[in-house]
Amino acid sequence: MYQYDTFDHQLLADRVAEFSDQVDRRLTGALTEDQFRPLRLMNGLYLEMHAYMLRVAIPYGVLSSRQLRGLAAVARTWDKGYGHFTTRQNIQFNWPRLTDVPAILQALADVEMHAIQTSGACIRNVTIDPFAGVAGDEIADPRPWAEIIRQWSTLHPEFTFLPRKFKIAISGAIEDRAAVRFHDIGLRVIRNDAGDLGFRVWVGGGLGRTPRVARELRPFLPAAQILGYLEAALRVYNLHGRRDNKYKARIKILVDEIGIDAYRDQVEAEWHAAGGPALVVPEAEIARVADFFAVPDYVTLPDATVELARWRGADSGFDAWMGTNILTHRAPGYAAVTVSLKPVGGIPGDITADQMDAMADLADRYSLGELRATKEQNLVLPNVRQDQLHALWSALRSLGLETANKGRVTDIISCPGQDYCSLANARSIPMAQEISRRFADRRRLDTLGPITLNVSGCINACGHHHVGNIGLLGVDKRGAEAYQLVLGGDAGEADSSIAQITGRAMTAEEAVDAVEVTAAVYLDRRQDAETFIQTFRRIGVTPFKEAIDAAR
Amino acid sequence: MPLVKLNTPGGLTAPVADWPLLAEDAYVPPTGPVLVPLATWLAGRDTLKDRPDTGVWLAAGDDATALGDDLPAVVAIRFAAFTDGRGYSQARLLRERLGFTGELRAVGDVLVDQARFLTRSGFDAFQVAEGSDLVHFEAALGRFSVVYQAAADRATPVVALRHPSYWSAAE
Ligand code: SF4
Repeated sequence: MYQYDTFDHQLLADRVAEFSDQVDRRLTGALTEDQFRPLRLMNGLYLEMHAYMLRVAIPYGVLSSRQLRGLAAVARTWDKGYGHFTTRQNIQFNWPRLTDVPAILQALADVEMHAIQTSGACIRNVTIDPFAGVAGDEIADPRPWAEIIRQWSTLHPEFTFLPRKFKIAISGAIEDRAAVRFHDIGLRVIRNDAGDLGFRVWVGGGLGRTPRVARELRPFLPAAQILGYLEAALRVYNLHGRRDNKYKARIKILVDEIGIDAYRDQVEAEWHAAGGPALVVPEAEIARVADFFAVPDYVTLPDATVELARWRGADSGFDAWMGTNILTHRAPGYAAVTVSLKPVGGIPGDITADQMDAMADLADRYSLGELRATKEQNLVLPNVRQDQLHALWSALRSLGLETANKGRVTDIISCPGQDYCSLANARSIPMAQEISRRFADRRRLDTLGPITLNVSGCINACGHHHVGNIGLLGVDKRGAEAYQLVLGGDAGEADSSIAQITGRAMTAEEAVDAVEVTAAVYLDRRQDAETFIQTFRRIGVTPFKEAIDAAR
Repeated sequence: MPLVKLNTPGGLTAPVADWPLLAEDAYVPPTGPVLVPLATWLAGRDTLKDRPDTGVWLAAGDDATALGDDLPAVVAIRFAAFTDGRGYSQARLLRERLGFTGELRAVGDVLVDQARFLTRSGFDAFQVAEGSDLVHFEAALGRFSVVYQAAADRATPVVALRHPSYWSAAE
């Protein structure tokens, strides 16, 4: 993992001092709420329906056990004993008091964490594949690049008052697990014919009320030139992005309006005028950062095929978990484990302080002290020995964290909705809980296979319903809470698609029934081993629409 | 509104009177001090550039690079709202692309807490509210000792401090 040097520590200390001073000025009345608002937003502090909400950055989702204990301490000391992992690999605390926030930021700084740029019209926390560095299908590790971009974007003097927020994602493996085509800029690590490392650059993707699949900005950019190129791309956006309407201010609209070719021409011209290919990250800095992410000293192990087969045969719970929550690891004898934060009827992404501490202990015991937060609102233990999987699973079971549903229909991504968010039309969390209960049966989950299901409480799409195979969107139907069902979204780079609307908005109860009908249509119409999305692509939305209408 | 200027790093001069901003299409007075709009400047550059008390002000949508090589002594960038960050890019283009070495003023809706972003982007003079306490402004200027990016203020970025030999080779 990256470790702060004295410069990184100094910046954070200065930042904590700055915000403490700003809070003091707010409390004494020297700053009005209007003046304070942009300052607190730059530190991830929102004012929600009932209280302040503090969003803490987990840079590119990578967490040490020590940091997770730090988060647990924050939850216990200054919140109500829990935290909430978000779809952007961050964590939110829903009940901090304003007067406590400087102390919280100090506690976070002590474990090399912060809330800088987790909100506001600036470059946000970079997100990446949660299996970076360990996935069997990785081309190159995106973590050093995410850290290099994190530092460059931190308190960037030119890009802190952009037209709107700006999100960057990086994917380094064959399968895109970072949804690069649904970000303002998506970077896909590739190698060119000469074997040089670089990025395929995507621009103008996004969700919200105008969902867009990103367009290709550059087929290949040498990796070391990334910061100069990003600076040019951001400068063109900063100067020319719309500022008259906040719903048209994201870069996707600029790209829509002037066209990808004109945008590309402007970026290339700006980049070359500023120095172009000569603007590189020094070799020595790339090497320094990459060193922190060197391959750990894995024990030479065979795959634990025999033991695993025995345990799976003896225990159906373990068998189910192995079937869903394990990803192939680059090192023989190891596995990358997803710890689902989606228990039956639970709140997606919620975790108690005690569970955080326990997870930190398990990371120390079984995963070289490291964890990841995923955009699916789960945790990952990236480096688990296969011969310790059963012991780990047993420990998770005693914590209630052994849910075997990664990638299944109950692995629901949900925004906070009306329970916390003042913009909501609907209560996303109770909806997610109800679906989770309806589909709890393990055999049913396995029969349905891989399906993503996303719930957003309003058109802002924080629950990413546009890219759910099944998506639910909260709408306002003459003052009453209602849901629209959308189908066929896919976040992956290769098959990116935006979900289609199935029909009129429904009550919460009808919507859950419609999800059942959707599942039934799939099971009825699938051929061979087709997944839900494959069947959907073959038969289209109509059979689903008809069945849903018929059932009402 | 009064204007304060960067004195020593982290320090400010006492407030002085700012120059008025002339509206588009307004009659240009025969003597300054005055800041004229970009279009006025471009149209009358030959005569205006010899007037030491006449500068240019840029609106957020103006193309700063249109000023070209023939630069005035003073440029003001006007922020209609502090959330409109186009002025930061305009400032860097002026300093880094056009090599502007004159006085660069931030006028309009500018917050004290933005001071560091402004100076890093190349501003060295700032409009402040009448009677405002410069203590906060100076505190904000001195707040951060570490910077991660090279920008118009030529502060040494962290990467150069980490790898001094690389940086001196590149200079
Ligand atoms: S999608 Fe809407 S309701 Fe949900 S968190 Fe975002 S803004 Fe709030």
